[in-house]
Amino acid sequence: MEMDKLGVITTFIHNIVVYNIPLLYGTVGEIVVEKSGSLNLGVEGIMAVGAIFGYIVGCYTNSMLVGILTAFAMGALMGLLFAALTVSLQANQNITGLTLTTFGLGMYFFVGNAIKAVRWPIMSDYSSIKNGFADIAIPGLSQIPVVGKGLFSHNILVYLGIVIALCMWYYLNRTTPGLRLRAVGENPGSADSVGINVKRTKYLHICLGCGIMGIGGYYMGLNMSGSFSSACWINGYGWIAVALVIFANWNPIMAILGTFVFGFFNTLRVSGSSLAVAFPETLGWLAAVPTQLYQALPFIITAIVLVVTSVRKREGSGLPAALGLNYFREER
Amino acid sequence: MKKFLALVMALAMTLSLAACGNEAPSTSGSASQPEVAELKVGAIYINSKNDTAGYTFAHHSGIVGGMKDLGLNPETQLVIVDEVPEDKQQVLAAVDTLVGQGADIIFGISFGYIDAMEEAAGLYPDVIFSHGTGYKSNETNFNNYFGRAYQARYLAGIAAGLKSLETGNNNVGYVAAYTTAYAETASGINGFALGVQAANPNAKVYVKNLGAWADEVNEKAYAEELINTFNCGVISQHCDSAQPQIAAQNAGVFGCGYNSDMTADAPAAHLTAAIWNWNVYYATAMQAAMDCAGDASKFVEKMGGSAYYGGLKEGFVDASPLTENCAANTDKAIEAVKAMIVNGEWDVFSGVKLSIAADGTVTSADAALVDNAGNEIVAAGGPSVEDGVITGTMNYLVAGVEEV
Repeated sequence: MEMDKLGVITTFIHNIVVYNIPLLYGTVGEIVVEKSGSLNLGVEGIMAVGAIFGYIVGCYTNSMLVGILTAFAMGALMGLLFAALTVSLQANQNITGLTLTTFGLGMYFFVGNAIKAVRWPIMSDYSSIKNGFADIAIPGLSQIPVVGKGLFSHNILVYLGIVIALCMWYYLNRTTPGLRLRAVGENPGSADSVGINVKRTKYLHICLGCGIMGIGGYYMGLNMSGSFSSACWINGYGWIAVALVIFANWNPIMAILGTFVFGFFNTLRVSGSSLAVAFPETLGWLAAVPTQLYQALPFIITAIVLVVTSVRKREGSGLPAALGLNYFREER
Repeated sequence: MKKFLALVMALAMTLSLAACGNEAPSTSGSASQPEVAELKVGAIYINSKNDTAGYTFAHHSGIVGGMKDLGLNPETQLVIVDEVPEDKQQVLAAVDTLVGQGADIIFGISFGYIDAMEEAAGLYPDVIFSHGTGYKSNETNFNNYFGRAYQARYLAGIAAGLKSLETGNNNVGYVAAYTTAYAETASGINGFALGVQAANPNAKVYVKNLGAWADEVNEKAYAEELINTFNCGVISQHCDSAQPQIAAQNAGVFGCGYNSDMTADAPAAHLTAAIWNWNVYYATAMQAAMDCAGDASKFVEKMGGSAYYGGLKEGFVDASPLTENCAANTDKAIEAVKAMIVNGEWDVFSGVKLSIAADGTVTSADAALVDNAGNEIVAAGGPSVEDGVITGTMNYLVAGVEEV
């Protein structure tokens, strides 16, 4: 069989990006939320809600921009619910987050099945969505042999995800509102005492972060060509995003790296045997690795990372000191 | 007060979720039919009865369809416990619930229910137990059922083989849930590959092992890998979603679906799918249950055996209607082979090999069935592999199949 050996590597790199960018959205969104001191475990559900509404509204209006905005808005709405419960009503953050996951997935299937009973939009029928999700090659960079097409020829949402991550890094670390946000996450009492509106800061950033997650969900839906079946598009990515936040040490730029490291192992499962066939001498052993190990690998990596980061000294850790603690002004 | 409000809101969220799951399946038209029998049917599902695709959906549609075929009313005569995991205690609890609701026959659709179904059959000798995809049974009130999907896959393989001849690309891909770990998956791959080879002797079937019955994200990724890296021009599958077919369409190649007609998912790519008509079995079993006239111990006798293994002949499996994407004369070839299988003249895993010419004519010749390690499975002219092997111990892939 004729085989394009370098093409196998290109596809491998391309897939690492294409299939794992939703993790970046989820992780960056969760970093923004957690920097405000709120631990939101509802990522999976929020992404699901963003996905289903973004996809349906985007298709019906035949506009990808509307789809992205809808996904963002619905994610933010879920964030508003989370904020209302945990910030205003002081509900337990862990429980509320878990409830949001169940609620979000239920909403996903409820809305999806309802639409399917009437008329499910098929992605290929909507030219703007289909073309909008097509790969756009970056002139110059995409001409680099092997890696060029793998890294610099992607759909618009891949680039948007990277841009959002970079913007969020700048926002968190180089702007005044970002500084205030971090102050709220570290010590809301002190922040309050210097005149920062803690409640408003939390509400705003929980909604912003959840909106970003929603776009990640929309990406999953488009990448699945909008085929709605018995499994949810999000497929556990929301949970991995929660772990990736720790991997990334609450740093959006590290989140990009974390996404690709994680994606490398995630994609190895799919491409491992192809690499083994293309390079039998050096990578032939990849074919001997049982599928089950490949399936477990991302989670083994997550476990190792969690152990390593928790053993490491807290010095330099980006963990917000007040993470998971509700701020009650009267108890200051 | 705030805490109370928080509690109320959290409760409302949880309840609204529960409310989503409780819609009764709409069954129009059945209410007007007179009830011909008092049979109460019980069903235990692995996923939600409200699913709109996938394994549970296929069985639920089959049970409802079978009931309508017999004039039974699914609104009043069907009781269901769904989302039951493969855990003995939970399956037995579901059985208790259904027996308590007066079920006369209980269908358990998932393989892992096997031990619980066996125990329940002993606990409730007055109730009939019927277990899908399993192998356990007794002589009275407990049977198992499955189908010769490999026959339908052979037909789909013919469509794929003729298409590969037409396009001149001899590489065919197959996204498999598992490969040789289960006889069900191995016989499916083998049946399909032999069908491909009957039409195109030079064809090669590349199989990728998903390691899961359903994994939508990777079903797509695996299909893309087969298309991009292994240059496959037709993609077949043994997994739940239509992602491999959609991937084929996006790449401008062709595909054969599974479980249900996937033409709507990938109209430009789909050739034909190997499909199940579960209502065929369910109607047969419910009829036998009614024939028992209250004596559950006669069920196995009325079914003519403790294991039901229907195929093309019974209409239990089939190839879905061919699309316009198929190569010329595909219909003619499939009709001819289907007739040979239905008549009992020939079966897939035997020492006789079929050859399909480009004009659709079928000729047969003695040829050994050989696996891809070179071992002879059936000598030239030899008899078919036994059913017990096809359902239980087939753990090889035939020559011309490569796992990648």
